[in-house]
This record gives sequence, C-alpha cells and structure tokens, in this order.
Amino acid sequence: MLSVALRMLFGDKAKYFGILMGVALASMVITWQGSIFVGLMSRTFAVITDMGDPDIWVMDEKVAFIDDTKPLQDTALYRVRGIEGVDWAMPLYKGNIRARLADGGIQNCNVFGIDDATLTGGPPAMVEGRLEDLKRADAVIVDEVGATTRLAKPQPDGTRVPLRVGDTLELNDRRAVVVGISRNSRSFQSQPTIYTTYTRAMSFAPRERKMLSFVLVEAKPGQDIQELCNTIAQTTGLAAYTRDQFKWKTVQYFLQNTGIPINFGIAVALGFVIGTVITGFMFYSFTLDNMRYFGTLKAMGASDGKLLLMVLTQALVVGVIGFGLGVGLASLMGNQATRNSPLAFRMPWQLLFAAGSAVAVICTLAAALSMWKVLRLEPAVVFKG
Amino acid sequence: MSGRRRQAESEQSGTSNGRGNEQMERMSMMQATNSGGGKGGASAVLSGGNVAVRCRGVVKTYGTGGSAVRALRGVDIDVASGELLMLVGPSGCGKTTLISVVAGVLERDGGECSVLGQDYEQMSSSERAAFRGKNVGFVFQQFNLIPTLTIAENVSVPLLINGVPRREALARSREMLAKVGLGDRTNDEPRKLSGGQQQRVAISCALVHKPKLLVCDEPTSALDAVTGQKVMELLRAVAADNELSLVVVTHDQRIFEFADRIAEMNDGHIEKVSAGAGHTRAEVGVREG
Repeated sequence: MLSVALRMLFGDKAKYFGILMGVALASMVITWQGSIFVGLMSRTFAVITDMGDPDIWVMDEKVAFIDDTKPLQDTALYRVRGIEGVDWAMPLYKGNIRARLADGGIQNCNVFGIDDATLTGGPPAMVEGRLEDLKRADAVIVDEVGATTRLAKPQPDGTRVPLRVGDTLELNDRRAVVVGISRNSRSFQSQPTIYTTYTRAMSFAPRERKMLSFVLVEAKPGQDIQELCNTIAQTTGLAAYTRDQFKWKTVQYFLQNTGIPINFGIAVALGFVIGTVITGFMFYSFTLDNMRYFGTLKAMGASDGKLLLMVLTQALVVGVIGFGLGVGLASLMGNQATRNSPLAFRMPWQLLFAAGSAVAVICTLAAALSMWKVLRLEPAVVFKG
Repeated sequence: MSGRRRQAESEQSGTSNGRGNEQMERMSMMQATNSGGGKGGASAVLSGGNVAVRCRGVVKTYGTGGSAVRALRGVDIDVASGELLMLVGPSGCGKTTLISVVAGVLERDGGECSVLGQDYEQMSSSERAAFRGKNVGFVFQQFNLIPTLTIAENVSVPLLINGVPRREALARSREMLAKVGLGDRTNDEPRKLSGGQQQRVAISCALVHKPKLLVCDEPTSALDAVTGQKVMELLRAVAADNELSLVVVTHDQRIFEFADRIAEMNDGHIEKVSAGAGHTRAEVGVREG
C-alpha cells in the first residue's frame, strides 16, 4: 500500500512540487538562518579555538566572556605555576591598542601578547613569515584579513595595498614591524588581530598596574582537567575554565546579553511557521483532492492504520526530499557567500539534526490535519457522486 | 428474453450442471417470497437458507431534530447467493443508503442486517474493514480508479489491502484484466481508456479478490447504451461464474433485463419487488403498504 501512496503523491506533480517547495523553503530558511547564527556564535570564541594548546584558561572571576578582560597581577602567573598538576602556565595579554596608519588614520586593533620564550598562544597558521620571527625587534604578526582591509596601506590614487612583511605600523606611538601574516579564524569583532610577545605588548599598551589578561595552563599528562580547574580556583581565588567551558561561557554571554538569538530566533520561527502553513495547506489540499480515493480504499477494506501509514509515508517522503533540497540550497548559498563576503556561516551536524527535527514537526503537523480528515472520512462517501 | 440475456444464461448453464440447478433453486426460493413489512413499507424476503444478505426493519436517519431525514424507514430485503438484485427508484429514495448499509460502509440506526451470516454491528471498525476487504467488492458510478496508478496497479489494490505481496497482486490483476479483455492495456493509466474500458477495470478491481458480495452504484450511468449493455453482460457472466451476489443501484431501465429481481424503493422503503426481465417476470414479492 505504501507504493500506492507514493504513486499518488508523485503522480500529482503540481501538488507534489508545491509541497516540496514548501518543505524546501522552510528547510532552507531554518538552515540558512541557523547556520549564520551558529557561525556568529562560533566567532565569539574563535580566539579560544585559535589558541589551541592550553587545557585551562585562568582569569579574573568577574570575566564574563573572552573579550571581557579584567587584568590580573603578574604574580597570578607564578601562583598558578606553583600548583600541583600544572605542566606549564603562560601569560597572555589581550587588549585593544590603536594603530596609526600611513595616511594618519587610526585603527583599533586586537593585540595579543604571547609568552616571549615559547610563543605559546600564537596564530593557528602563517601565510607569510614565521612565528619565531616575533623574537626580532619590534616584531608583530598581523592577521591576513586585517592586513588586506583595515590595515592596508592607502595609496595616492586612493587604492589600498595590503600590509606585507617588512612594513611598519605605529602602535600607540611605538614602531612595530610586520614580520608575518597569519591566517586566523574570523572573530566576532571585526578589528584586525596583531600578535606580539608579552613583553612587547606591555610596551605597546598604555601602562596600568595590572596587565596580565589570562594565564594559559597545560595540565600534566594524566591529570584530570576539571579537578585541576577546581584546584586552581580554590588556591588562587581566580576563575579557571577548561577550553570548552570558556567557549560555552562566552556563547552564553552573547545569548543572554545581545539581541542576536532573538533576531535569529524570529527568522527561524518565521521559516518554521511559513513552512508549516505552506506545507500544511498544500498537503491538506493534496489529501482533499485524494479524499475520494482514500474513501474508496477505506470502503475496499483498508484499515485506518493503513491509511494513516499511507499519509505519513507521503509526508515523510516529501519531507526528506524537501529537506534535502532546502539544506542543499542553503549549503550552496552559504558556500558561495562565504567565499565572497565575511558572512558567518557554519552548518554543524547538530544544526542539521535540529533543522531536520523542525521539518519533521512541520510534516507531522501538515500530515496530522490530513490524517484527521482521513480518520473522520466515512467510507460511504464513495457512493456520493 | 434478449439475445444477450440468453447468452449469459447459456454461459452459466454451460459451465456446470450444478450451477444450473443452483439457479433453479434460487428462482424457486425467490418465488416463495413470504410477506413482511409494516406500515408504509413493503418487504421482499426469501425463504430458504441460501441467503447472502438478510435485512429486517433497517432504519437509517441522517441528522437530528427538525432537520433529521429518515433515509431508510424499516427496509426488509434479502439477496440470495448468486442473485443479481437491482435497486431502483427516484433520487433520494434511499437506494444508496441501503447499499451503503449492506456493504458495511454505513452504520444503520435500527433493525437487523446480516451479510454472509455476519452482522456488522457485532464487529469492531477494523473487523468491519477486514470483512469488507475480504468479502465485498465495489463498482462505482465514476469508476473511482486512482488516476496516477496504471490499471494493473489499480486492480491490484484490493489484493494489497488483503496483504497479498505486490508482485503476486500485480500478476493476479493482470490475469483479471485479461479476462475482461484488457490484457494488452495493463500498463496504461485510466485516463487513456474509454468509459467502458474504465468500468471494466473497475469491475476487475471489484472482483480480483474474489468477494462474495458485489455492490454496484449506477455502474452504467456514465456509459453509452451499447457499452452499458456490455458492462452488464460482463458483470452478469462474472457473477455467475463466481456464485456472487450482486446488488446494483440503477436508474438505467436498459439494464433491467439483467436482474433476477428488481426492488423499487420510494421514500425510504421498498415499495415493490418484481422478477427481472430476464427471468419469469412474475412478481415475486409485492406488498403494498
């Protein structure tokens, strides 16, 4: 009987494509908006991801997210290093420093000062130059996007030339020489990212009593990370989070303190509602068109269960195909858009699962109306001309 | 007796002597119709035990209160096994309601009705559906073929409902279509067939699972005279071959000759029952209210 259900579905091409478009549209809107939302949220913790190595981030207990730095005394680094279970601990400076461009313009930059000796916390990948070059005098590494956009050198003809290795900048009135171009994950902030050594960052930044932003910690092999976090927090009075905890804390901050989730939530909800209405209407209309045949099948002895299974199969098949089309379209558009723009777009399997569940709900709601109609159908309707 | 009728009967008697005897028995049973019915009604009940459908005092009302319509007002009717009973009468007299009750697609409000010895009221909804699937075939005025299926697939539907595997169902449906002369059109869609051919497909669909009762609603009303006659010849011949009881609702006087009995309905009851034109033509169950 399921083959009959599918032949009924595919045979009515206009209705079939109508339903398919409804599901595909809903899937596309939900997946597209969801992917941008996930992409944006991923950018909030891009810095943590790019830092790679450290198991634990230690910070002031009032820090709410990665960009919310509350400087620590330098002694915090030594206190952490003294804790049992810590393999190594490195300082990290993170702050905003103004860069003066060649045309006199000012550009705020996100500056990271990493451990002078080990260079732990450096950029994830180099496009030009080497990380070790940071040990040279006045050396800085600039991220690729910043070098080609906001920090690009203005030319007399109005064009801008990307910053290259060997070019110089003024950071807070101090000379800085570009020794490398890095490739970073895009962060939530659009400012250029600059890496230098911790000591040099201290000289670039306006002098304050406390300058240390974070302590990056690697646990000894076999050490329970969460247990070490607890020990560090108890011993130092600072906050210590695993990498994933700090990422999630950052995401939570943005979820709770910005309008992003509401805006995207509304878009996703609209996609869901519009998809449900279109799909539901088209599917219901399709079922109504076939009511005579459902009545005939019912009169011929098809049980309610069989008929419901037929309707559900039709909804499921159209849902799967429509979902595939919608996700494929969103994926293609996202792929194209991220090539040519800074659009945040990330489609993890969890999002696909959530979107798939939403589409399943849409199809179930659409089918429910039809199933209700089929259940209430009197088989005697077959004798009504 | 028309040539077609004679041919159909000759086909029946030629098939087996036993079948000829059964025909005689059926006719004698019909002529032994006894009385029944009450005020404002007529009855057409049969004596003997070989009865496929037995209805007594069947009542059906649509709606409630002032807008209630009494579609059946105590109908008594029997249909013998292998008999072709035609229900005739003006529109709204209750013919369709009566076949709906007999076919088990509509619940009655009162009276008794047993089909093949079973009472639908004693069955659950799913049991009723299963009973219909196994024992009842339907032929509709508008054929009700699913337009997106091939005719072989359409004919296989009753078998699929009864749980026959798809491949076997299709093979049996092709055999059935060959019997009605459509063996070379099995992969066509219904829209490619003429009205008569579509009705032959519908009849194949109604018979493929070998039901014991066939309910036909205006089977010839959408067909021209010649095609209508052919369809009725086919129904009559197949019914005779399968010892099938047929209840045919019709307005089409051209096909009355195929009936064993003709029950005339009016205002929710059976007013008159007469022998079909092809048989003795003697009135066998007349009872004026």
